[in-house]
Amino acid sequence: MPPAARVELVCPAGTLPALKAAVDHGADCVYFGFRNETNARNFGGLNFDAKAAAEGVGYAHARGRKVLLALNTYAQPGSFERWPGALDAAADLGVDAVILADPGLMRYAVERHPGLRLHLSVQGSATTYEAINFYVRHFGIRRAVLPRVLSLPQVEHVVGQARTEIEVFGFGSLCVMVEGRCALSSYTTGDGPNTVGVCSSAKAVRWQETGAGLEVRLNGVLLDRFTGGEMAGYPTLCKGRYQVRDDTYYAIEEPTSLNTLELLPELVRIGVAAVKIEGRQRSPAYVASVTRVWRAAIDACTAAPSRFAVRDAWMEELASLSEGRQTTLGAYHRPWR
Amino acid sequence: MQLTLGPVQYYWSKARLDAFHEVLAAAPVDRVYLGEAVCSRRHGYRTADWLDAAARLADAGKEVVLSSQVLMESESDLKALRRFAADGRFLLEANDMGAVHRVAGRAPFVAGPHLNIYNAPTLAFFASLGANRWVPPFEMTRASLAAILAEKPGGVATEVFAYGRLPLAFSARCFTARHYDLPKDDCRFCCLDHPGGLELSTRDREPFLVPNGIQTQSYRALNLVDALPDMRSLGVDAVRLSPQPEQLGAAIGAFRAALDGAASAAVAAMLGPTLPAPPCNGYWHGRPGLDYVARGNAA
Repeated sequence: MPPAARVELVCPAGTLPALKAAVDHGADCVYFGFRNETNARNFGGLNFDAKAAAEGVGYAHARGRKVLLALNTYAQPGSFERWPGALDAAADLGVDAVILADPGLMRYAVERHPGLRLHLSVQGSATTYEAINFYVRHFGIRRAVLPRVLSLPQVEHVVGQARTEIEVFGFGSLCVMVEGRCALSSYTTGDGPNTVGVCSSAKAVRWQETGAGLEVRLNGVLLDRFTGGEMAGYPTLCKGRYQVRDDTYYAIEEPTSLNTLELLPELVRIGVAAVKIEGRQRSPAYVASVTRVWRAAIDACTAAPSRFAVRDAWMEELASLSEGRQTTLGAYHRPWR
Repeated sequence: MQLTLGPVQYYWSKARLDAFHEVLAAAPVDRVYLGEAVCSRRHGYRTADWLDAAARLADAGKEVVLSSQVLMESESDLKALRRFAADGRFLLEANDMGAVHRVAGRAPFVAGPHLNIYNAPTLAFFASLGANRWVPPFEMTRASLAAILAEKPGGVATEVFAYGRLPLAFSARCFTARHYDLPKDDCRFCCLDHPGGLELSTRDREPFLVPNGIQTQSYRALNLVDALPDMRSLGVDAVRLSPQPEQLGAAIGAFRAALDGAASAAVAAMLGPTLPAPPCNGYWHGRPGLDYVARGNAA
């Protein structure tokens, strides 16, 4: 694909106020989900009913922004009709694209809503151009979102060979595992991302003060224990401290967030079409801050890519919003592996 | 019902793989899956070695399938895939959509457990591309499988993963190299020292997971032997055992006996000592995967 004229900034909207915050602070696109297990942020108090969805689409479209619907879990036999039902509702709402992972649902979309633009979700686990071109051939997808597992040269190779636009994650929570291929949460709690759109479900979390420290368990499994002034973030099970051969450490990943701001000129150069901000579970204030920083950075980079420099104030603001105040370049940077 | 053996998930040396395949040739399994499914840095066997082993096992009367790598990242991963697909003598188990792209419409293939086929329309789509067998995701419940099989298209056999540690997750990061504080690109092949993976425990010393290179497995070992009669009634065509470094022959023998109608108490006595860890079967019963529902207690 030829490089996109301008990298799109794609921002999360877990609620209507968050959607408005994203639009007001410069998002090119916002993405949201319905209030059920058809999307991968199926958390209590989040997401959109029909009325909020219509208002959100209207708000964004009135300001010239796009709206994407995340419908990115895998349709389950027991409640199957919810998924095609959500697709029909998305088409009726006039969203600009739906973000899908399930090939069966993509086939339904192509047959019933041939004009609807399809994006391949990160939950589709497509890490090579061969996989992406499969979805282009069979469903005419117009964009693929890459899992957070590829190095920057690998991303560049995919962008060069894929016959569709590529979107990458720029900022937010970091999945260490290939999205769509992680059953750690369902193994531990019964509820996982693929089937019901949750990871390390809040209803399975228990905090308990003990003689050994503050303990956090997920369905009874001890994820971590905090003593002294240690900060305890949300207990995602891949970010706990475990023992391997007598070492106790973050055996899978530290509590840290992805931040690729310094890679922005490279992402632009290699022709990435869009940068996604993770965080539909975050507050409107968070969405406003992250959107504002990334809008400023993308505008600076577009105006003069060779003179682009990350401003300290941007990094400080993003770090203050990050898990454990730590950020990482993740897999884009080979030593992370 | 057929008895099959899935691809080896661990890093085993060439000598170990050679010996393993020799045992397999005489073992009472109907079908075997070969190939490096986890990490492209593992070179106990090169592509040509896998193809040689496949030919030998086919000569020994086994149905042989080549499994594609689950997480594909580089052009060299794609080249290895193309060599498998181009050989033409063996079926391919596609574990990634890039592999499906290679074989769709050209040859029949096995839709592997990592393709995320969770419903009947998706299964029908893969069948239309040439899948003649599918392996449901590990986390699929009995109820979901029954619903799918009730409207399954013709010509697609169903193979259920029934024994062994569950391959729960894949990452760009190598957790074994991380444990040894080595960069993945210079991992010194530390997985070779752990032919059954590492053991990860919680801070209260409960074993929880098994880091195995870029893969994370369950600590508990899936055992669905009690569900075999139920699977038969649902129309399941084959059950898959996952290779493990110890006691695999005895596990194969127990499942073979179960499929041949041996009494469940006798099978349980044979199978119990083969498990590398306490059993789990929660997914099948619609519970957390690590749960174990004892025979007779199923809801």
